[in-house]
Amino acid sequence: MSTTTAPAPVAPIVTSTKTPDPLRAKRRRKLAQWGFLAPAVVFMLLFFGYPLVRNVVMSFQDYSPSTFFTGKAPFNGFDNWKNVFQNDLFGKALLQTILFTIGSLIGQFCIGLALAVFFTKRFPLNGVLRSLILLPWLVPMVVSGIVWRRILDQDTGVLNSFLGIFGVGDTPWLTSTSMALVSVVLVNIWIGIPFNMVILYGGLQEVPKELYEAAALDGASAWRTFRSITLPLLKPVITVVLVLGFMSTVKILDLILALTDGGPADSTQTLGTLTYQNSFVSLDFGAGAVVGNILILISAVFAVFYLRANRNEGK
Amino acid sequence: MATITHTPAVPSQADRNRPKRRWGSMIAGLVILCVMLFPLYWMINTALQPESGLLEVDAIPHSLDLSGFSSAISEQGTNLLTSLAVALGAVAICLAISAPAAYALAQFKLPGTKVIVFGTLITQMVPGIVIANALYSAYVDLGLVNSYFGLMLADASLGIPFAIVLMRSFMVAIPREVIEAAEVDGAGRFRTFVQVVLPMSRNSLITAGLFSFLYAWSDFMFALTLNTTDDVKPITLGIYQYIGAHVGDWGSVMAAAVLSAIPAAILLVLAQKYIAAGISGGSVK
Repeated sequence: MSTTTAPAPVAPIVTSTKTPDPLRAKRRRKLAQWGFLAPAVVFMLLFFGYPLVRNVVMSFQDYSPSTFFTGKAPFNGFDNWKNVFQNDLFGKALLQTILFTIGSLIGQFCIGLALAVFFTKRFPLNGVLRSLILLPWLVPMVVSGIVWRRILDQDTGVLNSFLGIFGVGDTPWLTSTSMALVSVVLVNIWIGIPFNMVILYGGLQEVPKELYEAAALDGASAWRTFRSITLPLLKPVITVVLVLGFMSTVKILDLILALTDGGPADSTQTLGTLTYQNSFVSLDFGAGAVVGNILILISAVFAVFYLRANRNEGK
Repeated sequence: MATITHTPAVPSQADRNRPKRRWGSMIAGLVILCVMLFPLYWMINTALQPESGLLEVDAIPHSLDLSGFSSAISEQGTNLLTSLAVALGAVAICLAISAPAAYALAQFKLPGTKVIVFGTLITQMVPGIVIANALYSAYVDLGLVNSYFGLMLADASLGIPFAIVLMRSFMVAIPREVIEAAEVDGAGRFRTFVQVVLPMSRNSLITAGLFSFLYAWSDFMFALTLNTTDDVKPITLGIYQYIGAHVGDWGSVMAAAVLSAIPAAILLVLAQKYIAAGISGGSVK
């Protein structure tokens, strides 16, 4: 008996969901769609938007170790900014950041491009070798730094004992103020090669093969072909690689802390490590925020380049 | 829907024309690989010679000495588990937040979509130390310092912008008709997403998950700044503190380093297609 009565109420419900008001239905649909996006927007506002704003505010506040007990961080105008700029360390860190970034980018890019071109040749094991070269990029950066610290050890490191075979005296790779930055750049080049290689290799695959065939028919030399065909067609990819390389290099912290801790005598201090040192070692978050803001400013300039490159890429 | 898969890592095609001339290139390739991977070899080699301490290390381990590994496991074992837990938690948070967002940005014509995509690109450029700087005081207020959840959230932030950009570029390719067909069949928006969109985006989900795992596993900065005690100590922080305390014991430090590099090695072997897709897809698009 009950089975026959059951279907009866279903029909009215079905008709009632067909709302007579299409505008309201549309609004509800939009609302449901925003539900998919909302968690990400909230997360990004909390983890990116908030820190950006907070850093600007903090750079005008007086933070001291006691702030974390009392909760008081009074505003102090431009004091933090003045203190940071008047300290010689800032200029030093800025210069070293520029040298570190430019040196790393040039090395990573040139070697990465050379390897990418090399791997466009067909030979046995090409794919396997190409993917194994990625390994250095996948290992945690702080771990790579520590391994290199052992290799570069002046007295017992393998690099010096290897160079000793050729009569090169023991080099103080990480312990002399003149060599430490060079060493850190060399290690960072090693870390960045795989990333550069993979993206440039991908770009090279997109260059139409017919162009090379035509160049070969015209009797163009390998260098001429590279300069007149490969480089121009690779330009959008090159821009992206360089800008992304810049973004990731300018803020590096792990590697430098693991290799030298910013030393000796601050000779490997960069804006990234200086931000860390101000905030988390000296517990002067105001000063850390100042350096952090400069770092953001520098990144923002390059972000504009990136977005323009990205837009051209899409076309 | 094989059209959505993205495989730049095309295995080199068998060359029918002149196979013999390729061996020279292969040897050159092997030499390049040996030079590039030498530091990793040296890491393993040093780990197997714990007794050498501060002395020079032999080029090849003469006898297999696993005492470095046993002390690394006893001292860093819990840190490895911490890394694993934090990284897996970060992956879960990352995918749960970015997959629906990527879908919305790819398929719904919502006002402001462009601004959000733009914002996502921008966030990838914010230096991590700046985030840590501001996050620390907020974490102190919220009681998230020295907590697993706090570190998972922070580590998820490393992968979320990348995951959104990557998955969105895949989900744009899902034909609207497929989604409309599912909705005509009576599936709700959420069911369509779970039962149609997610399975079709499987490859991009794996790639995004893999990368957010690697980012979180490699994280050192948040581990260093958002923890003041030893309660939540991932392996990256553990090794860093290890060299401060035991400079003489390089064998154990390197053994811990080898253990921390194992996930990268495993992922590279098992999922090299996804790794290559992630490196090129996520950055160029």
